[in-house]
Amino acid sequence: MEQLQELTDEALARVEAATDLKALDDVRVHYLGKKGVLTAQLKELGRLPAEERPAAGQAVNAAKERVAEAIEARRTALAEAEREAQLARERVDVTLPGRRPAGGALHPITSTIERIEHFFAGLGFRVAEGPEVEDDTHNFEALNIPAHHPARAMHDTFYFDAHRVLRTHTSPVQIRAMEQQKPPLRAIAPGRVYRCDSDLTHSPMFHQIEGLCVDSDITFADLRGVLDAFLRGFFERDDLATRFRPSYFPFTEPSAEVDIQCVHCGGEGCRVCKHTGWLEVMGCGMVHPNVLGHVGIDPEEYTGFAFGLGVERMAMLRHGVNDLRLFFDNDIRFIRQFGQAG
Amino acid sequence: MRISMEWLQDWLQIDETPRELGHRLTMAGLELDAIEAAAPVFHGVRVGRVISVEPHPDADRLRVCQVEAGEAEPLNIVCGAPNVYTGMVAPVAVVGAELPGEFRIKRSKLRGVASEGMLCSAREIGLAEDAEGLLDLPADLEVGSDLRTALGLDDHVLEVDLTPNRADCLGMRGIARECSALLDRPLQVRPAPAVEATLDRRVRVTVDDAQACPIYSGRILEGLDARAPTPLWMSERLRRAGVRPLSAIVDVTNYVMLELGQPLHAFDADRADEVIRVRRGGEGESLTLLGGEQTVELSARDLVIAGETQPLALAGIMGGAASAVDDDTTRVVLECAHFAPRALAGRAREHGLHTDASHRFERGVDPTLVPRAMERATELLLAICGGACGPVETVGDIPSTHDERPITLRAGRIERLLGVALDDGEVERILRALDCVVEPGGDGTWRVLAPRARFDLEREEDLIEELARVHGYDRLPRTLPGAVPPVTPPGGLKALWEGLTRRGFHEVISFSFIDREVSQRFYPEVEPLALANPIASDMSVMRPGLWPGLVSTAAWNTARQQYDLRLFEHGLRFVPGASGLSQEPRLAGLLSGRAMPEHWETASRELDFFDAKGEVETLCGNLAEPLRFRAEKHPALHDGQSARVLAGEQPIGWVGKLHPSLAERFDLGAPVFLFDLDARTVSTDPVAQFRPLSAYPSIRRDLALVVQENVPAGDLLAAIGELELELLRDVRLFDVYQGKGLNPGEKSLALGLILQAFDRTLDDSDVTAVTDAVVAHLESRFNATLRH
Repeated sequence: MEQLQELTDEALARVEAATDLKALDDVRVHYLGKKGVLTAQLKELGRLPAEERPAAGQAVNAAKERVAEAIEARRTALAEAEREAQLARERVDVTLPGRRPAGGALHPITSTIERIEHFFAGLGFRVAEGPEVEDDTHNFEALNIPAHHPARAMHDTFYFDAHRVLRTHTSPVQIRAMEQQKPPLRAIAPGRVYRCDSDLTHSPMFHQIEGLCVDSDITFADLRGVLDAFLRGFFERDDLATRFRPSYFPFTEPSAEVDIQCVHCGGEGCRVCKHTGWLEVMGCGMVHPNVLGHVGIDPEEYTGFAFGLGVERMAMLRHGVNDLRLFFDNDIRFIRQFGQAG
Repeated sequence: MRISMEWLQDWLQIDETPRELGHRLTMAGLELDAIEAAAPVFHGVRVGRVISVEPHPDADRLRVCQVEAGEAEPLNIVCGAPNVYTGMVAPVAVVGAELPGEFRIKRSKLRGVASEGMLCSAREIGLAEDAEGLLDLPADLEVGSDLRTALGLDDHVLEVDLTPNRADCLGMRGIARECSALLDRPLQVRPAPAVEATLDRRVRVTVDDAQACPIYSGRILEGLDARAPTPLWMSERLRRAGVRPLSAIVDVTNYVMLELGQPLHAFDADRADEVIRVRRGGEGESLTLLGGEQTVELSARDLVIAGETQPLALAGIMGGAASAVDDDTTRVVLECAHFAPRALAGRAREHGLHTDASHRFERGVDPTLVPRAMERATELLLAICGGACGPVETVGDIPSTHDERPITLRAGRIERLLGVALDDGEVERILRALDCVVEPGGDGTWRVLAPRARFDLEREEDLIEELARVHGYDRLPRTLPGAVPPVTPPGGLKALWEGLTRRGFHEVISFSFIDREVSQRFYPEVEPLALANPIASDMSVMRPGLWPGLVSTAAWNTARQQYDLRLFEHGLRFVPGASGLSQEPRLAGLLSGRAMPEHWETASRELDFFDAKGEVETLCGNLAEPLRFRAEKHPALHDGQSARVLAGEQPIGWVGKLHPSLAERFDLGAPVFLFDLDARTVSTDPVAQFRPLSAYPSIRRDLALVVQENVPAGDLLAAIGELELELLRDVRLFDVYQGKGLNPGEKSLALGLILQAFDRTLDDSDVTAVTDAVVAHLESRFNATLRH
């Protein structure tokens, strides 16, 4: 039995000496395998006297157990070390740039239009569309702007022939909407419009949004309420001051222009607002009875309001863009600035 | 319109500051554009009288003057102005004065003679841009008084933008009427006495077109001194109104126009006829306009004032050069007429003209002003230039002061339109202040007559606007219209835009008009719709497609070192056709540069046709019909990399590589790929419908098939689809091979067949049945063989 003690000590020493799982397994096979040396000790028991056998058997089993435990402990330690080594090998420089898909962006004019459409959709305004090459009737006549009306001269119209023009505003969509649908009617019409004018602050093509609301009980007070709420929402300022100023459009009566408190100086007066503290952002009014009459709506039965705004101006004010021409240069470094994160 | 506060006070008292009055006008629809001081800042300038003028001992051009300026002793002032004379009253800047431009007056010596101040020209005190000699002041000014006070220079000018409906405010009198209503302050009515005619000379007037010219008045004045100086008060008012004083006769006609709003014209009677005919222009006639620099060809569309033989003036627009008054004029025919807005609309513009007179007549001048303006101008001319006048000859009737067609105004309608009732007293006050005749009808209505000056008051709504405007828009309530259900905007096209931006595309917005030559290169088969008045030759035709804009945008960005481009645009294309102009929404895109962003670990590659095609396949994911691609040539695309996109049999667009010659034309070095789709077809937005999932495993079986290289892969895949094999879930083409191991002219296509059943796990016999069917079908259709 002295030999057992020796074998056990030797086995334990070799377990400790094993530096990888393979060597450890070799040790296990050598001592504890079917033909292992400690296993062989059990087979030796038969040669002992019967009364010694139980004790000797216990001793051999205890030795095997000790060795097996040592092997298991060593295995765990080696596995851990190996995992550690693996993790160390697989370490990356987390500060290297990530692999990210190239993101794109909507043009700020489109996203501004979407923002405005979204607000009015909540109030039941449906998107309406019309052609850009428009006939004289829809662009002018039906809007109470007969030939030679002084307002025509203000429009700088692009024309093709005596009857066809590039629409100078989105207002003709009002007419088309009312031709297609009888009141009650709520519509919003965004789109390209064209004026024969080009300089620092005028583009021959730009965008407008037209709004129209016709029902049996629409008032000027409703117009004020809707536009007030819209402008506060658009500029995300609940305390944004607005004012309605009388103006003139042939297709509305009464007519108004809407000013907002200058978003740059807060109304103190600056270069942007020409030191008035106010910025003109929209034109609007109650739909002229002649316009309603033209599309066969009885102005005694129905009243309505209409409004129009310049999308570029709204986008410039909201995003701080200082040059109108940037919108049409389409430099992707410009457009990229309006992309969404995520 | 420029409004002098001082001039305005001829009619009503103004207690407001310029800013307060400007704000009130703005909030009534006469938008304040600017406030200007009538004169720049200066001080220490007094009214001086020259009491002696002596030559300078050492300088020929200088004179030594003694000037009374309110001091105990006269000031000794050296002066270089040629027009100085003894007794002259002129501005004198005393020692310590500061003139515009921070110019300080000090005691000085000029060529050895002490000078205690400076006699000033109009320019030196900022009243004129240039001036010859000293400003000759009226002799009745108090010597020694401050010049600013004496000339009312602390006045301010309000510049307001008038909307086209407010022609009544193109004269100070109309502005005063408006202010009176806004400030609720009485208007001082000034009498307009007729000037007694002392001459028996008459103009003979005939009017051919009484609709265009309902009233024409003419009168002869004789014995005028055209060289008489315009009085300072008048030239100052003209200057503040933005009109340059020229000579007394012209200044008077301008002054009356600015005061009352009625344009007038004076012909030199010695160079015009005393027979005036208002008629249409004749073909072949021409007229050289005032100033002599422009000659207009006349036609029957023009209304002219003519003598016996020659046209003298373009009626209501501008006089002719031949009959213009000058310094030697002594006799004039003074014209004061009413021209109908419709008759003059667009006339000046057609000749490239825009004058103070045409501006007013096009918008509408109060016809009742004719006699009043005639008498006012006569009175002023005789007072300034001397002479005498003949009787006024008038053709046409001066109408009553108010339009005789009554407008019925209903209290209920006011409330219905404005959302609030107005007090009856307030309604009547406002309308009367605006010179309307108002008669209450008792039952909540009024009968209203509009003054002739207000061409814009025709119906009830016009009156309601006046009420709202004068009452104040900001005093009206704000409400929200009754709630209706919110609408869901159609999402189809927008979802495609969102997808494109997520895949790295930037949206661009390019002009709808393009260069004709570019249009021709991209779309030679389309004769584009051309603008009659393009703003530039490269923006002269409407685009037949969206590619020119995208390619130009790519060129712009490439020139700025932006090479990896994925762009898209949506908008109309304009294609003229037999059945009219088609204006059709398209969705188009451009790809160029690397397929993936540059990365330190992953090698990228150049984009190719299949990147562009993949975008099309993604965008067409919701098509109702099967998406197909067919090799087909397009003038703008590379012959070998160009495909027609079809939904079933319906062509819906194109995809391909930009033709190398166009790439060269736009200086694009890297390959450019384009697609163009019918936006309506691709933006269908069906609601996703659930299909059951199989609970059993799927099996993949790969096949390599050898076919002739000209067999389109798409045909092969379509042929498998035709079999409608129940177990075949999907087919993936995962490799194309040509070369070693194959005969020349052959290619191998590797297909992965995905099989699955809904009711059981498949076994080998199922798989074999499907693959056998596929192979047999492809063999019969394309002579395909299995590659081993």
